[in-house]
Amino acid sequence: MTAKDALTERYQDLLSVYLKAKTETTLYKGQQFSRKLLEQQISPEDLVSLHIQVMDQLFPDMSEEMRDSFDFLLEAMIGYGFAYREHQSLRDKQQQLESEIEVAASMQQTLLLSDVPGFDQLDIGVVSVPAKKMNGDYYNFVKSGNSLSVAVADIIGKGIPAALCMSMIKYAMDSLPEEQMKPHLLLENLNRVVEQNVHSNMFITMFHGVYEPESHKFYYAGAGHEPGFFYHAKEDEFQDLIAKGLVLGVSRTTTYHPYEKMIEVGDMVILLSDGVTECRTSKGFIEREEVVSLIRKYMDLPSQKIVENVFQELDRLQGFELRDDFTLIILKRLV
Amino acid sequence: MDIQSCVEVRNEWDIVSARQLGRNMAKELGFGNVDQARITTAISELARNIYLYAGRGKICIEPIDQIGRKGLRIVALDNGPGIREIRKVMEDGYTTSGGLGAGLPGVKRLMDEFSIESTVDVGTEISATKWLR
Repeated sequence: MTAKDALTERYQDLLSVYLKAKTETTLYKGQQFSRKLLEQQISPEDLVSLHIQVMDQLFPDMSEEMRDSFDFLLEAMIGYGFAYREHQSLRDKQQQLESEIEVAASMQQTLLLSDVPGFDQLDIGVVSVPAKKMNGDYYNFVKSGNSLSVAVADIIGKGIPAALCMSMIKYAMDSLPEEQMKPHLLLENLNRVVEQNVHSNMFITMFHGVYEPESHKFYYAGAGHEPGFFYHAKEDEFQDLIAKGLVLGVSRTTTYHPYEKMIEVGDMVILLSDGVTECRTSKGFIEREEVVSLIRKYMDLPSQKIVENVFQELDRLQGFELRDDFTLIILKRLV
Repeated sequence: MDIQSCVEVRNEWDIVSARQLGRNMAKELGFGNVDQARITTAISELARNIYLYAGRGKICIEPIDQIGRKGLRIVALDNGPGIREIRKVMEDGYTTSGGLGAGLPGVKRLMDEFSIESTVDVGTEISATKWLR
């Protein structure tokens, strides 16, 4: 018996039982049968044809009008069959696209992965989690001589275009000469690259900082990036780490203001992307103070533990559904 | 039955004649009612394309009898503007006359074999075959 014969037989059984007793049970079986039809990719016009065939057998004396009306129904079903097949083919295509994006996402992870360098004077913690498959946030550490530079960037926009743009930023940064590590000059350079190469509806915010262990100074500059925090251990207080500046890519001639801060033992520099402060809970956006109080709660732990705990709590608050890429970095001066 | 029959397509009524021709031949060859409906729908779509985009052309229907298998071939011919981007019109979701699932990809799926040739400013020839099972 072919699969089609089996279907015909089953349909005939169900239909004749139903016509005799008209019970809800049989209707329920009919619904389950329809799932089976879908599994076997039987299109709507095939089902109508099956119905006609079965009706012919059950009622050989069916009136001619009734018989003809089924033919008309069959013809009218053809359009649904058309749509059904298109749906199948689009679904196959979607699966193919999704697997391609998987590959691109894992490639991006490899490309953008920045090792957290070992640095005796600082305890460094990083967490960066994409909301979708590809990450539009970017962070980067570079050790150069004795100093350590750190960058956090966020593309305004999400998904694949943002991720492609991020890859470009990475290579632009890699190709800048090392002596230009002054944060405000680096931003000016990157701004020109972005302005020239990125479509005008896409903007990038960035924070860049350099820590010099000899002077214990942290030099930094910002291009429209979400302000971080500075923890001043002596006073036991958190301050906003504000670095004003226009987002990258707006105007060719933008200049950036240099900022600096003395870092004392126990002080922390906290950098983040707006995915951290724009966490949405049922009560609306969380406040920056809530992020601060979470950091305070875990402050005595090593930096990596702090960022992981803060992320887990915020993730839980949002019902494990990140709406934006999330990046949080903490640098704590040890000695 | 090796002589092909053709219908000129100039207006919407000719689409009906083309369908009728295809249905008669499909019946004669022994196609079941579902395949008859599929074949006529394919003819409808092809004839409609001629009527809408080329203005005029013809639909030819021919029975095929190869060793061991029988079938029916539809050939749609026109001297219209041609199709600049065949790849595009063969994509799902790309249709200018509207309608879910309509258009050439739909015709291709209704039939067993499908081929298209088109030259800009010269015309288009589409041929589609359904085999008798």
